[in-house]
Amino acid sequence: MSIPFLLFFACAFISVLGAVLLIFAREPIHSALSLVLVMMSLAVLYLLLGAEFIAAVQIIVYAGAIMVLFVFVIMLLNAGFEERTDWSKIAKVVGLPFSFFLLLAIAHMLSRSDIGTVVANGAGAPSNDAVSTRALSAALFQQYLFPFEATSILILIAILGAWILGRKE
Amino acid sequence: MSVVPISYYLVLSAVLFGLGAVAVVFKRNIITIFMAIELMLNAVNLAFVAFARAHGQLDGLVYVFFVIVVAAAEATVGLAIVITIMHNRQTLNVERVNLLKF
Amino acid sequence: MPLLNHIWIILALPLAGAAINGLLGKTWPKSIVNTVAVGSVSLAFLSVAELVREFFTLTPDQIPFVGNYFTWMTAGPFTIDFALQVDQLTVVMLLVVSFVGMLIHIYSTGYMAYEDGYYRFFSYLNLFMFFMLTLVLGANLIVMFVGWEGVGLCSYLLIGFYFLKKSAADAGKKAFIVTRLGDLGFTVGILLAFWTFSSLNFHDMFAKVSAMPSETMQHSGVLTAICVLLFIGAIGKSAQLPLYVWLPDAMEGPTPVSALIHAATMVTAGVYMVARMNPLFSRSPLAMLIVAIVGAVTAFYSATIGLVQTDIKKVLAYSTVSQLGYMFLGCGVGVYAAGIFHLMTHAFFKGLLFLAAGSVIHAVGGEQDMRKMGGLRKQIPVTYWTMLIGTLAIAGVPGFSGFFSKDEILDAAGSGPHANLTLWILGLAGAGLTSFYMFRLFFLTFFGESRYDHHKVHPHESPKNMTVPLMILALLSLGGGWVAAPHLVGGTDHFEAFLHPVFAAYAPQTAGIEQGVSLAGSAGESGGIAPSPALELFHAITGPPVIVALAGFLMAWWFYIRKSEVPEKLATSLHGPYELLLNKYWVDELYAAVFVRPLLWISTNVLWHVVDEGIIDGIVNGVARVARESGGQVRELQSGNTRSYATWVVVGAVGFTVLLLALLGMAVH
Repeated sequence: MSIPFLLFFACAFISVLGAVLLIFAREPIHSALSLVLVMMSLAVLYLLLGAEFIAAVQIIVYAGAIMVLFVFVIMLLNAGFEERTDWSKIAKVVGLPFSFFLLLAIAHMLSRSDIGTVVANGAGAPSNDAVSTRALSAALFQQYLFPFEATSILILIAILGAWILGRKE
Repeated sequence: MSVVPISYYLVLSAVLFGLGAVAVVFKRNIITIFMAIELMLNAVNLAFVAFARAHGQLDGLVYVFFVIVVAAAEATVGLAIVITIMHNRQTLNVERVNLLKF
Repeated sequence: MPLLNHIWIILALPLAGAAINGLLGKTWPKSIVNTVAVGSVSLAFLSVAELVREFFTLTPDQIPFVGNYFTWMTAGPFTIDFALQVDQLTVVMLLVVSFVGMLIHIYSTGYMAYEDGYYRFFSYLNLFMFFMLTLVLGANLIVMFVGWEGVGLCSYLLIGFYFLKKSAADAGKKAFIVTRLGDLGFTVGILLAFWTFSSLNFHDMFAKVSAMPSETMQHSGVLTAICVLLFIGAIGKSAQLPLYVWLPDAMEGPTPVSALIHAATMVTAGVYMVARMNPLFSRSPLAMLIVAIVGAVTAFYSATIGLVQTDIKKVLAYSTVSQLGYMFLGCGVGVYAAGIFHLMTHAFFKGLLFLAAGSVIHAVGGEQDMRKMGGLRKQIPVTYWTMLIGTLAIAGVPGFSGFFSKDEILDAAGSGPHANLTLWILGLAGAGLTSFYMFRLFFLTFFGESRYDHHKVHPHESPKNMTVPLMILALLSLGGGWVAAPHLVGGTDHFEAFLHPVFAAYAPQTAGIEQGVSLAGSAGESGGIAPSPALELFHAITGPPVIVALAGFLMAWWFYIRKSEVPEKLATSLHGPYELLLNKYWVDELYAAVFVRPLLWISTNVLWHVVDEGIIDGIVNGVARVARESGGQVRELQSGNTRSYATWVVVGAVGFTVLLLALLGMAVH
């Protein structure tokens, strides 16, 4: 068992644990914190896959900003106790089996794809941070310039929307 | 070359996705449901990165970048809506927000 | 020959009268309505007279003269033209229908003078004339059938003229429905005729049938079937047993209607049809026997009912049924000309009797029950004398028209080629009964002490427009038979000779006996010696028909003039038979129980409740209910519950994933 393997299984276990905790937590704040746990472990997995930039962005943006925003809102709304209502008959009956079936189906499909058997590396080769980040940003600003600018406008719209929604009438 | 076969990452991605779907269906707090959706997005990101590594191209990473950005924007607006709901209906139970029915 | 080229004018005149009066007459004063109605019928009669004059200028090979006006319908081999034909039989019928019709129109101007719906009455009456003339002029079975149905319609309209009175409306319906039963047979007969002859023109049919062999009693085939079916139609239309029940009820209509339609013209349509189709009937002994039996039995049966009726019009109605029976008896024993002769004389004297009865009813202020009449002899003299002539005619007193026609029929029934002893006895008995009940009617009405309320009823003679037609008809009842008179003394029966071509043209050749023609007197002719005319006359005047007529007269005189308590004593002592006859053998009740009530029950319970409400409404409402309920089920999906929606999303995603898996799996292998 080499270290990457051990690291992979550890992080995989932690992420699944976090997801399960998210499901079974009674308080939303506990769900938020378990989600942070999941994101941290995913960042490690990204590092294992050689995507350093993405790992960094995951920590900084996702765990550091988005989850913080979630926690802020939870605290703001005092989202504490979750009352037990059970009005959706179909969710009760169909939800669980189908969700697990979904899980299994995707897993099955992915595992059986060619990816699984081929230890692909292609031309990308192993992680080399300088090259990787630079190449990524080069791609962002050349090939993917239009989406890049568009998403910046999207963020602007989101800010405006949030501001309008949050105004006192 | 990844020592760990890429398919393992993909299975993990599928598992996380499924768990997120379970949480979306079963949780009643709006914010919790939101967080479950974020979990599903993360699972998808993992799949993207794994494929990027498998094919040796960085297009997958670009997509992940954009997913994260858009998720941020979406979380912003969504939480603003949640706050509005709390203002108007004084509840965060998604089953109580059911006026859009026949 | 201008009019012969435009025979349709005779039809157009009454039709125009009907249309004008019907559409425009509501607000017109009576004088204008009268002018239109009587005028159109009079013009029709004059046209008929002109047509007859032109007819006599035709050569024998031009007869029957057919005018073909347009092709009405074609469907493959089936072609029907609107064609009118004129031959000797048509001439006789045309004259009778148009002349008697004209007289009755004139009479109606007086009788209906104070009735509501005056214009409507004349519109219907004109329409009837149109249809009756179409029936008589038709050159093929379909045009005849148009007339046939049309007169049925007019009969319904006129019987139910006082439609606000329930009994009148019911009588109209009864007439229409019962004759419809007969028409069913008629229609099937037409179909069978077309199937056999591929044409419904009389000319073509008769040409084909003359090439066919006669059928025999043992070996009846399609000709018999056609004849019997057509005769069923005649049973309905001419009120024979068992479909006669509508005619007595039809007396609900105004008296001129009873005179015209139910005595003189419409009910004789059946006889005309049988006479017209004589080539077919002559070749089917079984059909002729059926016709004769039905005629004779009806004649006797109906006379028995007439013995005890108390309504003056009902007696005349049963008498009409009975006399129609004689006409069919005549056709059934082969003397078609005698049957038509009786039709003509019957139109005269029965029309006269009905009109006179109408005059009596008019005089006593609307009363129709003879028990409330009496002693009217001195007060309505014209009506008295004309009715006397009519009664003498129908009883068959020698010299009057009815004597000649009835005598010929009974003669043929007794000793002609198709003679039948039973039928002769029935006919004879019927003649005796006829004499009895007609004189009974006459005595009860005009003799004895007056049984009406003197304070309320003041009998008065009818106006001129009613009495003049009476007098004209009386003249015809008196003298209308003399065309056949020479025959009695060994000369020619001119009427029969005139009609001879119609009945001989397609007659089957049977061992030298020609039907319908007796150039030597048949009564008494037995060997080579020709008897003297005086002896012939003596034989005729003292023959069995005259004897029974005299017997009937004497019995009526005894019962109602001399010893008027005898009828009541007989009624109580023969209580059973009396009740049977008074209640018309309970036939109406029988029909109601056997046919009408079950049908009504089926209509209500099966067709209405089960089929209409249950099945049809059920299906229609069911479709709506299914749509509504399935919609109701589907809309429950929109529950507003987000978790449900999320679940459905997951379900959809699973489905899609499985689909992809399957496709990928199939692609890989």
